[in-house]
Amino acid sequence: MNRASRLMLLFALAPILAPHLWRMPVWLGLIGLLLFAWRAAIDWRGLPLPGKWLRTALTLLAFGAVLITYKSIAGRDPGAALLTLMLCLKLLEMRSLRDASLVIYIGYFLVAVGLLFSQSIATGMALFLVIFLLTAALMALHQPDTELRDYRRHLRLSGGLLLQSLPIMLVLFLLFPRIPGPLWGMPNEGLSGLTGISDTLFMGGITELADSEAIAFRAQFDGEPPPPGKLYWRGPVLWHTDGQLWKPLDATQLRGLRPLAPYEAEGEAVDYTITLEPHGRRWLFALDLPARPRESISVGHRATPDYQLHSERFVNERIRYRMRSYTDYDTGLISLWEARLGTQLPPNANPRTRALVKQWHGLSDTQVVSRALAMFREQPFYYTRTPPALERNPVDEFLFETRQGFCEHYAAAFVTLMRAAGIPARIVTGYQGGSLNEVDGFLLVRQSDAHAWAEVWLDESGWTRVDPTAAIPPERVLYTPDQNRFDSVIDREMIAGQWLAETLLGLRQNWDAINNAWHQWVLGFDDRRQRQLFERLGLDGLPWLKIILIMIGAIAALLLAIALYLSLGRARADDPLQRLWLRFCRRMEKAAPPRRIDEGPMDYAERLAAAVPERAEAIRAIAGEYARQRYAEGGGERDTLRRMIRELR
Amino acid sequence: MALPLPRPLSGEFWRRLLRRDAPESGPVLLHRKRIYVLPSANGLKLGVLLIAMLIGAINYNNSLGYLLVFLLATLALLSAVHAFINLNGLRLRGGHPTGVFAGEPLHFPLSVENPGPRARSAVVLRQGDEPVNLDLEPGQGRWIELERVSERRGRLALGRITIETLYPLGLFRAWGYLNLDIQGLVYPRPADERGLPPQLFSDESGSGELGRGSDDFLGLRPYHPGDSPRHIHWKALAREQGVLSKQFGGEQSRRLNLEWDLLPGLDTEARLSRLCRWVLEADEAGLSYGLRLPKLSIPPAHGDRHRERCLEALALYGEAP
Repeated sequence: MNRASRLMLLFALAPILAPHLWRMPVWLGLIGLLLFAWRAAIDWRGLPLPGKWLRTALTLLAFGAVLITYKSIAGRDPGAALLTLMLCLKLLEMRSLRDASLVIYIGYFLVAVGLLFSQSIATGMALFLVIFLLTAALMALHQPDTELRDYRRHLRLSGGLLLQSLPIMLVLFLLFPRIPGPLWGMPNEGLSGLTGISDTLFMGGITELADSEAIAFRAQFDGEPPPPGKLYWRGPVLWHTDGQLWKPLDATQLRGLRPLAPYEAEGEAVDYTITLEPHGRRWLFALDLPARPRESISVGHRATPDYQLHSERFVNERIRYRMRSYTDYDTGLISLWEARLGTQLPPNANPRTRALVKQWHGLSDTQVVSRALAMFREQPFYYTRTPPALERNPVDEFLFETRQGFCEHYAAAFVTLMRAAGIPARIVTGYQGGSLNEVDGFLLVRQSDAHAWAEVWLDESGWTRVDPTAAIPPERVLYTPDQNRFDSVIDREMIAGQWLAETLLGLRQNWDAINNAWHQWVLGFDDRRQRQLFERLGLDGLPWLKIILIMIGAIAALLLAIALYLSLGRARADDPLQRLWLRFCRRMEKAAPPRRIDEGPMDYAERLAAAVPERAEAIRAIAGEYARQRYAEGGGERDTLRRMIRELR
Repeated sequence: MALPLPRPLSGEFWRRLLRRDAPESGPVLLHRKRIYVLPSANGLKLGVLLIAMLIGAINYNNSLGYLLVFLLATLALLSAVHAFINLNGLRLRGGHPTGVFAGEPLHFPLSVENPGPRARSAVVLRQGDEPVNLDLEPGQGRWIELERVSERRGRLALGRITIETLYPLGLFRAWGYLNLDIQGLVYPRPADERGLPPQLFSDESGSGELGRGSDDFLGLRPYHPGDSPRHIHWKALAREQGVLSKQFGGEQSRRLNLEWDLLPGLDTEARLSRLCRWVLEADEAGLSYGLRLPKLSIPPAHGDRHRERCLEALALYGEAP
């Protein structure tokens, strides 16, 4: 294992280590980078390797650093960090071919661990690049006396190998049996904080609402999507408040509510499929209001009395499920207990709000609702993502002082007003809207679409949705994308004529469609999709053994085809000088019997000269030049030979 | 490509199993039935790693994880095919080794030819401890040398050699065995004592000239192949007068008879060893000498070819022809 192959190995390891080092906390990343740079210096300059004591000390240092940073070594993040640092440390004691092979295998494993962090299209492409480089390095390792200038040849061979593997890899990917579900429990962390939703709301606690473009879920409607005003996706429902914090009902309180009784649906059902990104909790989002499931939605779940859907298992991986909802409904009467829960307010909080509501005494429920909405519309209330903080009586401060906030403020304030007036109300959080991709018809709902709104119980319509944020006129919305919140399908007429905006929109939608296809078909290729594929290929219904045999047969056939392709065909040399010589010999085959293997170039030239006397000079010169370049030290230029051959005839 | 499967329990089966293949002469072609391919130690380690990665991919339902495992597995499988093709079709031929004395290593020349169409890389030939590594372009043949240290005089065969490769990724090992019919001669080790005892010299004079010694220049005659190069008249050659040999009169009257019987009291090997030394000394001095062994008699002569004949007779003494 010589210097050249070691350098090639380092070059191949760099793109594997880079994403991990970047992702780790800075000081850990720096440690890894320094170790790697040290090894590079050792190989480039010929420095000695560090001794055993130093290496042991460094190992302990790395271990300690990981432990301190992550407080444990179990789990995805600390495990990946530890593995990365161990690889860098192993580099410092790499001496023999066996050490190098171990380093390469750790490298492969590190690539796999990296896939736990990202599976985007870019990661997919980087995967091939990284394997391409590692394979070339592996080839160089097993070629004694390889030189740095051989690198191009190794890369070419590695690329050829990779291309040949693509069909077989595809066969395996499509036919290898996909076992559903995890084989054992999976770590939860790494997924929290990925969602813009929470099941608590602390009014005035957030002073900067983040704007994450990450996808929350995708929806595909069977028919036409409902209008944007009806695209409310239900998440946690918050009932109980202490004036500042809003929480969902706990188990005792839930017991008092009647079990989910069917509401009266008006209008047509909406059927759709949701592809939900993992978020580490149990929420399943559905369009208001989800129907009592008559058909299984293929994910174990239960519905709560306040029409939430909770999955049996934590959503730690992407799942897909079908749903049916009715966008127009009447939930009917409520019990006294439910009404009590719906009008709960802490006794002494927010006195000014209470005073205000007393002025509305005597109005009907619907009038109260209108009054509250009118207040938001007519008085100087602003929508902003960076409102001032609120203190102990946040509703009072919001309604009478700051008058700036985002959906949470408006929803909480509105519900407080309703409850103060004796009208049962609750906060519903979830997502609102989504962007419809015209290319593939999917509705993309991002974390930035997270929203909070209210539901009030009215005699004539049961639990009714009221979105107070919608009352704010557009000129008082202080954040441009939010102005489109209620037109989730971007109005094409608005941007028609501005071709740049249109082009960008088109590009954006195309990219989303590609990304979506990647998610659906590559990343989402689970056992269900595989069954769909089998149906389409006519392989459904076959027992697994037969499928496996077909797979093995296909692979064997492909291997055979490749073997034949490699063995037949004209001689193709790797060495460019040899290629020229062979081309020359081939051309001369018309003039004289072909060159025998043990016939040296000069002897062959003599034979050719006898057969083609008028070219004898040139033939001898070519053979002499080839012999000189092949066997003599410091021979001539290949181009000379190429020219001489071309000038012949 | 895989293990060849002759009918079990047939004679062929046992012969292959115990590797008692008879030596083959002439060019040997490495073909499908002679090449075995199995995972190397590294390949097995990678296999274990891939299984672990596959379990991880199943558990996390990570599609790119599946893709990675399948890609690596496919690369490994393909490397087995490439390893096989790296050896398939190579032609090997034995050359004739020059004789050595007992105790010296015997160099067996071996020609490895690559009829194409692909280049061969990292092909390793091994007999004993010293592997020889070579790369071959398509249509290229090369001569290499394999060594075997000789211990006793006589014929030394190259024996079975292994040709193997770990190309391209070191995950699979393709190999084959060859038993080429190449033999070399091992002459007895010359005895340490130098000098030619006087009783070896006979007084036979041919033409009656009692010469004054082996330096008497008699004249020139045309060169016969086998004449010692020491006797070539170089000046004449430089003057383009042709290749002429000088003749010395002394040779005719100073002839040696290297006789077996002149060494009583020594065992066979010691005698042969002494005779070997005498042959070498006589040849070095340019004298004419004959060799007489119990079953074989070589009339006196001189020159390279005569020396070879004598040494060969000494080497093969006692062996069945």
